[in-house]
Amino acid sequence: MEILVCVKRVPDSAENEISVASGGADISREDLVYAVNEWDNYAVEEAIQIVEREGGSVTVVALGDSDTEEVVRREMAMGAEAGLMLVDDAFAGSDGLGVATILKAAAEKKSYDLILTGAQADDGAAQVGGMLAALLDRPYASLVNKVEVNGPTLRIGREIEGGSQELSDIDLPCVLSIQTGINEPRYVGLRGIRKVASVEIPVLDGAALGVDAAAVGQAAAKVRRVDYFVPAVGAGADMLTGSTKEVAAQLVDLLKAKGGLN
Amino acid sequence: MAANVFALIAHAAGKADDSALELLSAAKSLFPEAAPTALVLGSGPGLKAVAQEVAASFPEVWSFDQETLAYPNAELIRPLLVKVLPAGSIVILPHSTLGIDLGPGLSVKLGAAYLPDVVGFDGVEGTQLKVVRQEFAGQVSAHVQGDVSKGAVVTVRSGAFAPASPSAVGTVIDKSPEAAGLSARRRFVEVVQAEAGDVDITREEVLVAVGRGIGEQDNLSLVDDLAEAMGATVCCSRPIVDAKWLEKGRQVGTSGQTVKPKIYLALGISGAFQHLGGLKGSPFIVAVNKNPKAPIFQAAQVGVVADLVELLPELTEQIQKAR
Ligand SMILES: Cc1cc2nc3c(=O)[nH]c(=O)nc-3n(C[C@H](O)[C@H](O)[C@H](O)COP(=O)(O)OP(=O)(O)OC[C@H]3O[C@@H](n4cnc5c(N)ncnc54)[C@H](O)[C@@H]3O)c2cc1C
Repeated sequence: MEILVCVKRVPDSAENEISVASGGADISREDLVYAVNEWDNYAVEEAIQIVEREGGSVTVVALGDSDTEEVVRREMAMGAEAGLMLVDDAFAGSDGLGVATILKAAAEKKSYDLILTGAQADDGAAQVGGMLAALLDRPYASLVNKVEVNGPTLRIGREIEGGSQELSDIDLPCVLSIQTGINEPRYVGLRGIRKVASVEIPVLDGAALGVDAAAVGQAAAKVRRVDYFVPAVGAGADMLTGSTKEVAAQLVDLLKAKGGLN
Repeated sequence: MAANVFALIAHAAGKADDSALELLSAAKSLFPEAAPTALVLGSGPGLKAVAQEVAASFPEVWSFDQETLAYPNAELIRPLLVKVLPAGSIVILPHSTLGIDLGPGLSVKLGAAYLPDVVGFDGVEGTQLKVVRQEFAGQVSAHVQGDVSKGAVVTVRSGAFAPASPSAVGTVIDKSPEAAGLSARRRFVEVVQAEAGDVDITREEVLVAVGRGIGEQDNLSLVDDLAEAMGATVCCSRPIVDAKWLEKGRQVGTSGQTVKPKIYLALGISGAFQHLGGLKGSPFIVAVNKNPKAPIFQAAQVGVVADLVELLPELTEQIQKAR
């Protein structure tokens, strides 16, 4: 099974206070901690587990700039044979469709049986996997939390509302977006990173990919972010202040008053 | 801009989902002059009931009744919609597991703009539809605009639009023949219900909810100690279940349990909409988070900016002394 996994480098929203900068043109990028998108890490782990069972190889692909290499290497260190970076100034400002168009070109460089993406990334759009499948005219399933290979088809589980699992059979080749919790992504140690440090990662630009420059980037985007903002919100929470002891004492009084101590 | 506006109605067991009336109010706020059409797909008497129900609020209902549509499979629905929708349509879907499955590919096949997980509309200017979204797990919002001259597929976040009240007397148009002979390269097998856990958090009145902010598995004992001192039950956000620190039955949210406690202590939980989606009945929410900008502070009545590892032992000790 030849598997391509699409990954993205994102600000880690669990680690960062994200704030709006430059009058809404961007978020404040200073001191941001970046990491691989949480969902993509599960996708890479799943690909590696499938290849461990079925044979084949895993390729990790990312759009981005030179900073992205670190993330690609980290994911390769989990056990992916190859990496691929798609870098071109003309890609900047692409919308979801633009990103999917670029990934489609990369996916067509080799015949992949299975393409995985994370279910969603930092913008919460959950769109690139489904668009990529449509562009490639391959069957698609989102929010996948189980993959079992049965010859020319996969038995997959999709996570649906309430945490129930929808089982389906899907024909290969196909595209799946992976939901967190499908596996336990392996730990990547320094040793693993060192092992892949010298593996060459091809860098392809638009010309090498054969992407029509008019189909990607800011100019081609049907969907554009106008600005970031912090919405004017309601009252919000009453914030308790003071030393740890004082805050705890206020909380005890509150919980007592509200019937929180059974 | 006059537009053909369609809303996909999710339904189960012969009842329309709550999202139906939210999509209607989203459609109305987008194009006040449009008469949105409801799309109802399924099979049998249940489908008829849904079509009738929806006709009490949408002016027109297109009903597709086919055995193959008995379970909503996006891979079947997508080509059907591509076939039946007029060029340039605006299609509104719930941002649910079905909408996420269907929407992106549908926009590609229709050649339409895709505007996912929309929480508000900001009007139409020429061919530009302006929407409000959230990014970075709800920490910041964004104005986004899409060129809808070739149509749009919009998914709407649950709860973002107040449900419209039933008003219209709609007609149901049977479009079943259009859906004959559908097949897909993805075939539905069955739904496996989520396992029930050892505790039923849906019945508890006082819940202590722990999130990724607890940092390490070993720190969970701080939460257990607090819950025990309070006489409360521990529940959690999704990452705690993904890490296998607590069982799935304790997860609150759209892909977990829906709880309706009186008091909800959210510890190290950022307040993602998928988490808050499982919290009903307007509980008194107390949030503890080290990030003063965490979205949970918008949902909570009382907030504390603190490190859990420092605050929890002190709080537990004071509660023990207070009783
Ligand atoms: C289809 C789908 C379904 C989903 N269903 C669910 C669901 O049912 N339930 C659910 O919960 N999520 C669900 N999610 C995931 C959801 O989007 C969020 O990723 C998740 O809720 C985040 O959990 P969290 O708040 O614990 O973690 P994070 O978002 O990482 O937040 C951790 C918080 O802890 C704070 N923190 C860190 N360290 C400390 C400290 N020492 N002291 C105090 N605070 C600290 C941080 O400031 C941060 O705000 C779903 C996602 C998808 C795509």
